[in-house]
Amino acid sequence: MNKILIIGEHDGKTVNPATAKCVTCARAIPDAEITIAVFGADTATVAAQAAAIAGVKTVLRVDRPENEHPLAAIFAPQVTSLAADYSHVFGPSTSFGKDLMPRVAALLGVPQVSDLMAVEGAYKFRRPIYAGNAIITVEADAERKLVATVRVASFEAAAGGGTAAVEAKSLNVALPSHTRYLGAKSGSTDRPDLQTAARVVSGGRALASADNFKILYSLADKLGAAVGASRAAVDAGYAPNEMQVGQTGKIISPEIYIAIGISGAIQHLTGIKDARTIVAINKDGEAPIFEVADYGLVGDLFQIVPELEKMLGT
Amino acid sequence: MQKILVCIKRVVDYNVRVRVKPDGSGVMLDGVKMSVNPFDEIALEEALRIKERVGNIEVVAVSIGVADTQQQLRTALAMGADRAILVQSEAAVEPLTAAQTFLALAKKENPDLILLGKQAIDDDANQTGQMLAALWERPQATYASKVEIGGEKATVTREIDAGLETIEVDLPAVVTVDLRLNEPRYVKLPDIMKAKKKPLDVTSLAALGVSATVFLKTVKTEPPAQRQKGVMVKDVSELFDALKKKGLI
Repeated sequence: MNKILIIGEHDGKTVNPATAKCVTCARAIPDAEITIAVFGADTATVAAQAAAIAGVKTVLRVDRPENEHPLAAIFAPQVTSLAADYSHVFGPSTSFGKDLMPRVAALLGVPQVSDLMAVEGAYKFRRPIYAGNAIITVEADAERKLVATVRVASFEAAAGGGTAAVEAKSLNVALPSHTRYLGAKSGSTDRPDLQTAARVVSGGRALASADNFKILYSLADKLGAAVGASRAAVDAGYAPNEMQVGQTGKIISPEIYIAIGISGAIQHLTGIKDARTIVAINKDGEAPIFEVADYGLVGDLFQIVPELEKMLGT
Repeated sequence: MQKILVCIKRVVDYNVRVRVKPDGSGVMLDGVKMSVNPFDEIALEEALRIKERVGNIEVVAVSIGVADTQQQLRTALAMGADRAILVQSEAAVEPLTAAQTFLALAKKENPDLILLGKQAIDDDANQTGQMLAALWERPQATYASKVEIGGEKATVTREIDAGLETIEVDLPAVVTVDLRLNEPRYVKLPDIMKAKKKPLDVTSLAALGVSATVFLKTVKTEPPAQRQKGVMVKDVSELFDALKKKGLI
């Protein structure tokens, strides 16, 4: 049997959908028994949510005041201690998982497979390299524990309706005091989370100013969509960092991605190629984005976007 | 603060479009332009800026790679690193081995800070910094968009999915840098000449007591699945109708 431990991501109130995607990935492993561990100051609520993910056998709650904020240096020794009973330890390929999991792997003295995108066997996986320009199949030694991050854009979220047992776990692990959480500043918005939104409207350099991004926000609100941006737009200061989509930003897989004034650099396309439908609006008919778009429209975005919004309203 | 170690990887240049070999044995690397991993360049720039602010800090650029990696270390020296160390290895090393190697160097050099890129743009693994911090039993601050050094501490602003997070770490620490921490300086010709005279030591994994383990066997390399080019619509109403018909809006 393959005993798989998934490190659940949450903000204290809600389990991040990335966790249910990790479960889908884990279920693709033959003969898998799946456990989710949630770390926090009080994980009662999120543990209950995790227990409802279909296919999960057990949810382990590791409550400790030090676990209030997800600091890798604090979580890693605890995950390492839990890992003793498991063959695989998975985390999502989000900023949370990418920060934490390699620290766990190193403490365990084992390798990590990053951005696992397909399961070919219990120790055989596919993952992208070179910004997705090549896909490699890697095989790890079954004698060692395997740590991996799951490329969340590659998996659907597991359904609800599960009835996993919730178990409180107290770990006798000494924690370092060398790392302290000071605070966070989120791009506080009522829009859906970019990483998991079903619809995304995204803008590029052609928007020409932060002010002009307002027309995208307005369109997005009409669609109930999240808003993204190309690296060029973020670099130019038109949009905040956390909106960046691409190789070094967020890798997303919405139902519909509307790329507006984005030329389509390979690093950007890496971030969107799992989108179900791509719509491109650009004044340059030769822009590479049209090579991957399901629907392309050449024209002036400053006319097209308001017009589209108007049609949606009627 | 007295010493900063900056880890640098030699990678295929950012602008090269990498192609998979027809036989699936890897990617075509013959004759392609090689550069310093762009994130590591940002890490070095940050080290140099800290040095310029605080003064009297030695910046040491270290790398693991083939003999030609000396070119990238010379670039680092031209940017302003004081000296460089190459751990020469003909075979590519995995992140865990890289972390073990940098740990061995950290134990020798005793830096107050180790800076490196959040990921290398070849394997996109995003592991080495975190692994190094774990093995060194020191704090990690990944995806830094701002680094402030104050006495024995560093305050680091991190780019996370939800926005920005600030943490404080005791030094020594490992900091991995994100895209928008700074813009690396251009190297000027006189600096390239000066860099030729700066010390560049060459050592080996064996000399550092590290054995390169192959943990992950790459059994196949394939090009990614291509998206098909779709249709061009002539105006907004055609687009609207098409999306409506597919139930997308």
